[in-house]
Amino acid sequence: MSNATQLLRFITAGSVDDGKSTLIGRLLHDSKSIFEDQLSAISRTSEKRGMTAVDLSLLTDGLQAEREQGITIDVAYRYFATPKRKFIIGDTPGHEQYTRNMVTAASTANLVVILIDARKGVLVQTRRHTYLASLVGIPHIVLAVNKMDMVDYSEARFNEICTEYLAFAAQLGLHNVTCVPLSALVGDMLVDRGDNLNWYQGATLMELLENVEIDHDVNTTDFRYPVQWVCRPQTEKYHDFRGFMGRIEAGEVSVGDEITVLPSGRTSKVKEIVTYDGNLQTAYAPQSIAITLTDEIDISRGDMFVKADYLPTVAKEFEAMLCWLSETPLDKNRKYLVKHTTRTAKCLFSSIDYRVDVNTLEQHANPTVNMNDIAHVTMKVQQPLVFDHYQRNRATGSFIVIDEATNNTVAAGMIV
Amino acid sequence: MTAHTFTHLDALESESIHIMREVAAECKNPAMLFSGGKDSIVMLRLAEKAFRPAKFPFPLVHIDTEHNFPEVIACRDKLAADLGERLIVRSLEDSIKRGTIVIKDPDKPRNPYQSVTLLETIAEFGFDACMGGARRDEEKARAKERIFSFRDEFGQWDPKNQRPELWDIYNTRVHAGENIRVFPISNWTEMDIWQYIAREKLHIPEIYYAHEREVIRRGNSVMPVSHLVQPKPGEKVEVLSVRFRTVGDMTCTAPVESHARNAQEIIDETSTTRITERGATRMDDQTSEASMELRKKEGYF
Repeated sequence: MSNATQLLRFITAGSVDDGKSTLIGRLLHDSKSIFEDQLSAISRTSEKRGMTAVDLSLLTDGLQAEREQGITIDVAYRYFATPKRKFIIGDTPGHEQYTRNMVTAASTANLVVILIDARKGVLVQTRRHTYLASLVGIPHIVLAVNKMDMVDYSEARFNEICTEYLAFAAQLGLHNVTCVPLSALVGDMLVDRGDNLNWYQGATLMELLENVEIDHDVNTTDFRYPVQWVCRPQTEKYHDFRGFMGRIEAGEVSVGDEITVLPSGRTSKVKEIVTYDGNLQTAYAPQSIAITLTDEIDISRGDMFVKADYLPTVAKEFEAMLCWLSETPLDKNRKYLVKHTTRTAKCLFSSIDYRVDVNTLEQHANPTVNMNDIAHVTMKVQQPLVFDHYQRNRATGSFIVIDEATNNTVAAGMIV
Repeated sequence: MTAHTFTHLDALESESIHIMREVAAECKNPAMLFSGGKDSIVMLRLAEKAFRPAKFPFPLVHIDTEHNFPEVIACRDKLAADLGERLIVRSLEDSIKRGTIVIKDPDKPRNPYQSVTLLETIAEFGFDACMGGARRDEEKARAKERIFSFRDEFGQWDPKNQRPELWDIYNTRVHAGENIRVFPISNWTEMDIWQYIAREKLHIPEIYYAHEREVIRRGNSVMPVSHLVQPKPGEKVEVLSVRFRTVGDMTCTAPVESHARNAQEIIDETSTTRITERGATRMDDQTSEASMELRKKEGYF
């Protein structure tokens, strides 16, 4: 395996019996990412449970409670690699009460594989998973119509499901959907094409994962650089060194570029781009670097460097879509903390505008926001935030809400 | 460099640096666990990339079982000294003397007791965050752990009550007495580690590379002969070419037969190997399918 492989993060979403764990197990198994001791452990367990074949779904069952109940209860991360790419899979549960886990895993994904049981077709859960994928802005969607072996590998059935699904996806403004028929149990169209789906001319699931174009999944145009940490070595050699450290969240920056520091609005020029491996002329998202400036201006963590050609919004009030993650409902009378890029500020919810029923996509004027609810809210913050709309920039349009009393993360937000 | 040459190692490296800087910026009194093993040596290089030209804004901490390979301890001390960083070492022997650890047999594996000394060290220095080099690909229970893993006053992990972790916005907040374990290389695999060691030309303890060693065959493993592991009646001492894939407690860390003498040869061997890292080398993880999960709940890394 060469070093020059890309990293792709994807998640799988499906209902309880859609064969999600089997699909992941099959991808790992057929790409030879399963080790002998793992295989022999699950073979023993399969035998103990009286199964005749090895149950590949056991590979992704992590915790004791899950093994007892035979279900996946949390997000688990799996890793495998092919000569083309390294993959990180976020395995998300299909249960109604665990919407928060899907949103969690979806937030970092380049791609989602939405699983459908070919016998059952598009279900309420399928619509919910698709809506959440669109809400969290996953750039690529693959509809995997699984269990084709149970419908006699029928092309007509596959087309029927795809037509229904694509119509629904279009309503949500999703046009980047690829449909693939497969059987995770048998292994057709995952890594190998198999002999049962010869009418299908498209790519196998693995080919899709290996070849989907992801270079433009991050915003490559609007330079955004939240300051994480100010480096002041205070040694003799680096007496005057002030490096503003951070990760480029979008766009690129070069030595000599004029930058604006927000929210103060002061400007300066990039003097050096410093890394451990030597200074750079130009750096790109998502590199972690340090920047020194030609002028001495007051800058601290939470400030953001941008370029004047496309400015973000600086405001103390904004609207957002919120996914409530906590068992304790949102309390409009309380103040919370919002963490957005590298800035944390006190916030309150000035209005709860509506709640979205994730099954029907209907909007309800409902003042309560409970766990797993998606709501449109208006928020006020104590200090101004420097942000973009989430649709334009995932990194500068997202935030989390923290309950100061418990320190728990209670909501995920996307600025609209 | 362009977006097209941003490899998976670049992506992982940038993510880890970002995590370490978040810890430095948001935690009051962080520490980085450093054992001299290969994963923690990768962590050390990532910390250099995150904070140079300044010193690390945290000390290095090692919880020594006193069952470690001498080559690893020597490497630990040399690396910390070469970098000029502060290294705090606390030993299980101190806890044994205090009576907080009671062991039946001093020669038996000590990993289960590390949690006690770690928690005592956290209390001694008042650390609110400890960075460690654990990876999600190592073990099933680790696969479900967050990058920022919140622990209660007893250092316990509650797998059913983890803070959701979205995008890369990390919630670092804790109440007094609680702490956070942070795993900046969560998303790295054993292969990534070796590729990074090769790319960065990192100096790691020689016992990771193939060498001749006296061993005893026990079950499916070979055990290294040391003052802690001696042949039992009927066991034969052999000399084999072996390397260690992990370097933990000498009484339960088994080497694998190998002729790989540098990082590239290990990469070649790792891409064809059919046994997991811990499955091959950690006898204590094989006790039961849930042993790591139980240890983590008790405050283990």
